[in-house]
Parts: sequence; C-alpha cells; structure tokens
Amino acid sequence: MQTTTSSSGCSKSSCGSSAQQMAHLPDSIREKVHNHPCYSEGAHHHYARMHVAVAPACNIQCHYCNRRYDCANESRPGVVSELLQPDQAVKKILAVASAIPQMTVVGIAGPGDPLANPERTLSTFRALAETAPDIKLCLSTNGLNLPEYVDEIVKLKVDHVTITINCIDPDVGAKIYPWIFWKNKRIRGRKAAEILIQQQQRGLEMLVERGVLVKVNSVMIPGVNDQHLQEVSKTVKAKGAFLHNVMPLIAEAEHGTFFGLMGQRSPSHEELQTLQDQCAGDMNMMRHCRQCRADAVGMLGEDRGSEFTLDKVADLEVNYAEVMEKRAKVHAEIEQKRSVAAVIPLQKITRIKRQTRPVLMAIATTGQNVINQHFGHANEFLIYEGSSEGVRFVGIRKVGQYCVGTDTCGETESTLQQTIKTLKGCEVVLCSKIGFEPWGELEKAGIKPDNTHAFENIETAVADVYQKMLESGLLAEQISEVA
Amino acid sequence: MAFQIVEKCTNCWACMPLCPTDAIYEAKPHFLIDAKKCTECEGHFADPQCASICPIEEAIVNQFGVPLNALGSLTGIPPEKLASAMAEIQAR
Repeated sequence: MQTTTSSSGCSKSSCGSSAQQMAHLPDSIREKVHNHPCYSEGAHHHYARMHVAVAPACNIQCHYCNRRYDCANESRPGVVSELLQPDQAVKKILAVASAIPQMTVVGIAGPGDPLANPERTLSTFRALAETAPDIKLCLSTNGLNLPEYVDEIVKLKVDHVTITINCIDPDVGAKIYPWIFWKNKRIRGRKAAEILIQQQQRGLEMLVERGVLVKVNSVMIPGVNDQHLQEVSKTVKAKGAFLHNVMPLIAEAEHGTFFGLMGQRSPSHEELQTLQDQCAGDMNMMRHCRQCRADAVGMLGEDRGSEFTLDKVADLEVNYAEVMEKRAKVHAEIEQKRSVAAVIPLQKITRIKRQTRPVLMAIATTGQNVINQHFGHANEFLIYEGSSEGVRFVGIRKVGQYCVGTDTCGETESTLQQTIKTLKGCEVVLCSKIGFEPWGELEKAGIKPDNTHAFENIETAVADVYQKMLESGLLAEQISEVA
Repeated sequence: MAFQIVEKCTNCWACMPLCPTDAIYEAKPHFLIDAKKCTECEGHFADPQCASICPIEEAIVNQFGVPLNALGSLTGIPPEKLASAMAEIQAR
C-alpha cells in the first residue's frame, strides 16, 4: 500500500513535456533539466524543490497580484508565511537539503521580484554556491531588471531563469500592468507595458546568448491575453526559450487582487488545455505546473514548508560535507530507478489504430505513476487523454482549493458537487476506491467511475479503458452523433 | 517637511534602499521614516522615491496626513468597489 507521506501529486513518466517534445533539445539542455522537478518531464516524480522567500520588494504591479503577501492558508504564487534574510534562507536550505536529500533545486521567486531585491537574492545565491555546490539555483522574474543582472546571474551559475511574459503587445500589457517603477519614477499605462516588454525580451535574448536556460511563464487571462499568447509562444521560442508554461489566472475576490475584485473570470480547464495544445505546435509546453507559493518546500504538489520554519531551523547545525555525500547516494539511487522505469513498454497504446475522438480521464493518484488513491481523498486529479494517437498527460485539476464557499459556487454546494464541476469534460474517473454516493453522482453527471484498474500503471490503464470504449462502440457512436 | 509611513505598510522593503538620505528604517510593526533625515527627495529626484515604488495605497503620507498614493490610484480598484467587496467577504 502506498503511504501518504510521499504524496507528491503525480508520478507519471512523461507528464509535463512529452519525450518527443524534449527530444529536439540539445543534450546540454536535457542534461541540465534532467533533475529539475519544474522543468523536466520525468524529474518531478523523483526530485523536490524549494523556494526561499528572500525577495519581498517588487517593481511592478500586476492585476492578478495583491501585495499583501503574507497568508498561511493560500496556495498561489506571490504568497508566503515568513520572510527570510539571506543568512536565514541559507540555514533553511541546508536543513531541507539534509532532511529531503532529493531536493535538487532552490529557487527565488518572491514574494516580490528577485531582481527588485538584487542584494538579497544574489547574496543568497552566492552563499549557496559556496556551501552547497550540489544544489541547482534558479530564479523567477518579471524581467524588468533582468538585463542589468544577466552577467551576475551567469557568474553565480544560476542555470535556470523563468521570465513571466504575459504579452508582447503593449496594448495588451496596459490591461495587465497598471504601473512599473523605472528609472526612479512610477510609470503607468501603455508606456509602462512597453518598457517592461522591451526589458523582458532583451533579458531573454541575453540569457539565451550566454547559455542560461530560460522558461517562460504566461498567465492566461480570458478576454485580455488569451488570443495573444500563441504569438507570445512563437516569439519566445524563436528567441530561444526552451519551455513555455501557460498557467490559468487565479482570481478570487477574497485574494484582494484587481482581477479578483473586478470579477475577471479565470479560464476553464477546457480553455486552458485548448490554448496549451495550440501553443504546443510551436513550442515545448509545460503541463505539470502547480503554481507554487514563493516559499513552497518539497515535491511539486506538496508543501512541507511548515516543517522548516525559522524557529525550527535556527539552531540546526548541518555538516554539509556529510550531507552532500548522503545526497549523492540518494540521487544515484533515484537515477538507477529512473533508468529502469524508462524502459516500461507502452505496447498497449499501439493497439489503438482507428481515427476516433479523444477521451479525457481523471486519475486519482498519490504518485509513483499508479492509480492508487481513493476518490474522496484526492485533492487533485491528473488529466489524461486517450485518443487514436495514444495516451498523453494534459494537465492537473485541483479540487476544493480556490473556490470553496465563494458565492460563484453557491454556499450550499457540496465538495462532491464542486469536484464534479472541476472534472467537467472528463468521461472517466480512475481511482483505487470510491464511495456509493459519489459513484451515483458521477454517473449522473456523465462521468464513469472506474476502480477496476486500482494499482495499475496510469498510462496502461488509460489505454485499456480507451480500447474498451472503442470496442464497445462508445467512441464510434459519439462520432456519428457529432457528425 | 517629512513623509511618514503609517500602519498600512506591509513591510515589503521596496522603499528602503531607494531613499537618498537613508531616512527609512526597519521597525515593528512596520517601517518608519526618520523625520530629521527625510527631505521628501527634494534636490535628489523629481518624485519622492519611497512613494514612487510603494505598492500599498495610503501607506505613506505627507506632513498633513494626506496619502501620497490615494485609494484606488495604484491598484485601479475603485474605492467604492473595494469597500463593498471587503464588506461582503468579511460577512462570511
């Protein structure tokens, strides 16, 4: 039986970006992302990451952000519980590196902008490069100050940078960024967006020139930049970004953001997936992003930050030489496991030959690439698509996270009803177990619950279910109805 | 003549390194401005630096207590909308 302590969201061998999509990347890049949980297709099942919140200041305002960042109960970017000084951050990192040896990456992502706090960010990296050379460094920035710090970033061997690029058209930008702080002035409107876009693009070019890996994050905002992001994807790919992560806008009134309070809606799962698929023709897309907090600790999809608060790590003495040895051993074991896992044949998939419509299936899993979770215990579902092309991972849907109790959901709505709403568009739910009531409710909503594939490999099970649907004429029927 | 940081401050540190006279210092529960040192950036910059980067409306005020960034001026959220949204959320 799977224990819940290792719960890490998903454990799928090719989620995120698919193997073929990564194949075009040069070996040097593939080697760099191999054990980065946020960037590599397979790594996030094995390796953990942490963010340290050393960068409180920001130099721009985004309409999806509220600068009152301190909240323990929210899980979204830009939110932290405890701000750290660089020396405290290093302490915390060494403590985590020792307790969670599979933690390979430290990122600075806020809660403001790392490069609006250059001294704090760079001194944290400097100290780490010296004490813990086996830890990879990365940072996530809005790009405004990026060109100025590119050389420093290269010098400190920060090998991954994420730039949030929501637009390349200043008219679109003016609807996302009310102001920026630039050359000692607050600049507003289109002019502000123009400067920001210019700096982001220049920063991207400079990093690529110097061999630093660049991922681009974009927030999909319906009616604002959704029509525009395909162009963004093409542009940043042409400039050398290696991965594009299109994330859904998070906007709830209680977050106090402009978009939240003004009633700007978030994209539906279908809209997000459609856009990601449209961009995928041009660009390597990321699908497993969990939109982590700026102080998250652990595997993607889990947060162990509360185990490593300042009061718990302040007096901890870590002998890093010893820790590094232990870590190297753990990493070697993981690599051993991965090389074995990589050869799992997917012959089942090749049985699907005819041109049939794709089917979305939701998977309840705690990890290890296995259907091993009770429907009622899942706080996120992995969404897979079975089609005549084969099986592919298309995304993650969290349940009961952002919309509990808001009036858009209706106060009387049960968690079950919310979950069912979240699974809209899926035709099958694969889980290890499921209660009587949810079984009936799911069926009523046109979603078929299936616990007969408990503890099976996810891809194999999805291929199996798709094949059975095909054989029983479910797919053909649908096609004739549509046609 | 001096500005003042008041209780709305969220301690984001953005203003401190920008002050040309080092008048801003960390304090509890929020950052403060040393009135003896603050020149309101006169002779240094066209705009007061702390108020130009501060993301929080009404967090910095002038000698008359008037906010340098009025409600709604930074987020674009109309004050009447903010009040109603807050009332609604707090009533839950």
